[in-house]
Amino acid sequence: MPHISIPEGLPGIIGPLSLRPDVASPLSELCEVLMRGENSLSRGERELIATYVSSLNDCFFCQNAHGGLAQHYLQCDMNYIDQITTDYSSTRLSDKMKALLRIATSVQKGGKHVTTEQVEKAKSLGATDIEIHDTVLIAAAFCMFNRYVDGLDTWAPTDRQFYIGRAKQRAEEGYRLSRTAHEK
Amino acid sequence: MAHITLPEGLPGIRGPMAFRPETAKPLNALVEVLLRDDNTLTRGERELIATYVSYLNDCFFCQNAHGGIAQHYLACDINYIDKVKADYQSTDLSDKLKSLLSIAASVQKGGKHVTTEQIEKAKSLGATDHEIHDTVLIAAAFCMYNRYVDGLGTWAPQDRNIYIERGPRRAAEGYINFDLYK
Repeated sequence: MPHISIPEGLPGIIGPLSLRPDVASPLSELCEVLMRGENSLSRGERELIATYVSSLNDCFFCQNAHGGLAQHYLQCDMNYIDQITTDYSSTRLSDKMKALLRIATSVQKGGKHVTTEQVEKAKSLGATDIEIHDTVLIAAAFCMFNRYVDGLDTWAPTDRQFYIGRAKQRAEEGYRLSRTAHEK
Repeated sequence: MAHITLPEGLPGIRGPMAFRPETAKPLNALVEVLLRDDNTLTRGERELIATYVSYLNDCFFCQNAHGGIAQHYLACDINYIDKVKADYQSTDLSDKLKSLLSIAASVQKGGKHVTTEQIEKAKSLGATDHEIHDTVLIAAAFCMYNRYVDGLGTWAPQDRNIYIERGPRRAAEGYINFDLYK
């Protein structure tokens, strides 16, 4: 049971956001800009960073909601996403993407864990300052979202198919709350 | 030196905010709602939660910037803020605020560290669902801001008096309509 009274049946972050439109607005806007705004990192790559950090933080809802979106954008299956969260270095992801995931791993531990060597490596593989900035901020933001979702002990469907099934619709509608959370 | 090329001379989060105004906007809107909007927790109490979590994350800029604002609102000195950071249990803070700081400390470790016992304790001391929600989200949000500031290797003035002197002005101007360069 969640730590505070949250409307029943709303999975993960949707519950607390439905209670609090005042915080829902900047939180959804941040997610929209980071994950869907114009960017040289594809939406799939950004969802992958979010999924990976959520997996490191052991947040079931976020890693599956964003993993579902990542597999939709990247046109792969959930097994491939699981391979990445288990050991991304052994996958066929680009070396640049691996270097960015390495930075995200450090951010998850704490900002000071990011090293000059990690950043130089990413730059040498073609990562731009904006891409490095966005990787750091996506990783940091999911350290927030994950703590918000689990710190209130929100409910989440345990069937992973649930997240895969709704990924296409979530990808199309984006993160801005154009309709009430209850309709989702 | 910062890990990426940021506008020069801007301390802490201000550098990356000037570098990327698209993300600065929702980041500032969030902190404005959390730390300054109408709330049964005072602005001073909320700045204290932000300061404490930034201290646990060892973020020099954030713990001093928000510590400076907290001591302004709470009309105390920075030694008192330092006592809260080092051992809030031994201070004269209310039992309710202590129970909320305990929840914030768990959030800093990870969401699953928050226990039902901690929540029940806070509720028994008068904390509302709204206050518990905001404590969790303030703590979570500063786990983001701290990582953003330190993960990019930003620069921050080392003289703590700078932050104390700026506290009143930061408190007055808020987090939305301010000049990043002043």
